Amino acid sequence: MAKGDGKKRALHLRLYIAGNAPNSIRAVANAKAICIEHYDDDCVLEIVDMLEQPLRALEDEIIVTPTLLRLQPLPVRRVIGSLNDTGQVLLALGPK
Amino acid sequence: MKIVSPYAGLAKMLTGMEGFDQITDGGLPRGRTTLAMGGAGCGKTVFALQALVNRARQNREASIFVAFEESTAQIVANAATFGWDLPALVRKKLFFLDARLAPEVVKAGEFDLIGMLNLLQAKAEDIKATCVVFDGIDVLLSLLDDPAAERREIYRIRDWLLRTGLTGIITQKVGGIDRDDRFGFLQFMVDCVVVLRHQVVDGSAFRNLRVMKYRGSDFAGDEFPITLTSEGMQLTNRGPTELKYEVSDERVSSGLPRLDNMLQGGYHSGSNVLISGAPGTAKSTLSGLFAAAACERGERTLYVSFDEGAAQIVRNLQSVGIKLAPHLNSGLLKMFSTRTRGPNVEDQFAALRTQVRAHNPTCLVIDPLSALSTKLTHLASADAAQQFLDFLKGERITVVNTSLMDGLATDEATATGISTIADTWIHLSYIVQDGERNRALTIVKSRGTGHSNQVRELRLADDGVSLTDVFIAQGKVLMGVARWEWEQEEQANKKRSQTAAELKRVHLRLAQAEAGARLQVVKTEMEARDAEIGVLALAAGSESELRKTDRAVLRKMRHADEELGPGPKKQAPKASHTKKKSVKGAA
Repeated sequence: MAKGDGKKRALHLRLYIAGNAPNSIRAVANAKAICIEHYDDDCVLEIVDMLEQPLRALEDEIIVTPTLLRLQPLPVRRVIGSLNDTGQVLLALGPK
Repeated sequence: MKIVSPYAGLAKMLTGMEGFDQITDGGLPRGRTTLAMGGAGCGKTVFALQALVNRARQNREASIFVAFEESTAQIVANAATFGWDLPALVRKKLFFLDARLAPEVVKAGEFDLIGMLNLLQAKAEDIKATCVVFDGIDVLLSLLDDPAAERREIYRIRDWLLRTGLTGIITQKVGGIDRDDRFGFLQFMVDCVVVLRHQVVDGSAFRNLRVMKYRGSDFAGDEFPITLTSEGMQLTNRGPTELKYEVSDERVSSGLPRLDNMLQGGYHSGSNVLISGAPGTAKSTLSGLFAAAACERGERTLYVSFDEGAAQIVRNLQSVGIKLAPHLNSGLLKMFSTRTRGPNVEDQFAALRTQVRAHNPTCLVIDPLSALSTKLTHLASADAAQQFLDFLKGERITVVNTSLMDGLATDEATATGISTIADTWIHLSYIVQDGERNRALTIVKSRGTGHSNQVRELRLADDGVSLTDVFIAQGKVLMGVARWEWEQEEQANKKRSQTAAELKRVHLRLAQAEAGARLQVVKTEMEARDAEIGVLALAAGSESELRKTDRAVLRKMRHADEELGPGPKKQAPKASHTKKKSVKGAA
């Protein structure tokens, strides 16, 4: 899912999901859409499936799924939920 | 206590809270979910955490604690007051998941706990955990802002617990401000519901625990008092219904040889001795004697005093020759002085239990127990004293309690709780007479030992304490100076009666002598009479002889032959008589 190699992109996202759970499926779709529509697909979107890598979430202190982390630019921001509320997501991720 | 349960198939997990494990017949249901519900500050978190701590310490079982409300650091810090050594457990057997969401987290849609449960499962397998606590999950779920979704996530947890076979404890707040019955369904969903309550009665805080439901198991459904001690949460159970103590025929000295004699050998070892009496009747002194004697024998002793400092007690007892200081220094004797607080005696008894466990004494003094028992106004604490004494009996500790009581009859009701459980009851009272107050000691009862029915005077002096016989006079018991006076009086009386007897003997001898003398006089008189009679007879004989002679002479002289009458003879004295009379008349 990594995009924008070569260019130094500011936006680095990590999305924790739980397999095929409805909220997770929706979140993946929403995250991708937001990247494309609002950031010109110019961002890194890393997806971590907690069913496959359960203990990895410990480092990032993930409680619920789905959780979207904005790792770059700092500070780290967190958005939880299926990302249906695009306005809230954009507010958290900041302008392009 | 182990009751043979009809639900033997249900595996249970001991919580380490002795009382709780008793009332639930073995603790929480293993592999199932328990709900601990209650208002703020009633001990839900402590209850759950203590169960985990016990698993780790007793069974080396690892657990996971998911904290939705507090940080790991906070929980560890809060639990530091309990002697659990949580930091060490956190490294080995206890995994804390800090499941708080930072306030700046943005919510953009619905979420679930699938990821977290998967994480927990991986962690549980990793550390071989058997138990998971979800503490304050409502904090997180309220973010869903959708009752249906909340319920879905709760059921997800329940199903996950069932699938993984982990034992779950979920805490739930009740009596909150906004969403009262939002999680009400939880009670129906889980297998066991424990209700914790924190209430204020007469300005004192009381904590209670009640098992509301326990699928597939017997349980005691009453509300039980709980206390938070340095050991954690303790639940005071009324104890096994069957009273089974090991009893001993051994005796221990009361510290007062004469009292030992009155009890035909002293207190029974492991028994419960109550010393009641009005203020100043030397209850503490008797307790001190007992403590000192126990220490002399080399037995560990705990002296618990209320509202009077240890130093003061030691000094006061020193004044009657009881030396506790050396034993305090050697560590054999421990003194625990505390202040009586509000009516919640449960906490105080819990503190005493902790002291007893720490010092492990053979002999115990509680001076006065009535400091607690008179505050037993609240129903939940009503039999707290009895339970505590029960506990001591189980530990086979010889206990001397003092109880403040003015009279046997009037205040018996207050002391009933203690006096019925007491094996030996010694009552001290004042007897006021002749401007004095003296201490009297009686043994009201003593189970299993013969005992004197006599009242004794208890005397305190610089060189020690002693018991003295009392005198009974004119239906009154005499003590103190009155007794001394009576003793003096008795001696004087004795002397007096001795003298009186001597006097009487002398009198009698005199009377006897007099009678003897009189007898002699009479005898002499008799002899005299006899002699007179003899003389008289003789005289009469010679006169008639003379008369005969005279008549013969007369006849001869007159030459008459006829018999003469007595006429002329009587004539003569008559004449002389007349003569005398005339003389008299002339005079």
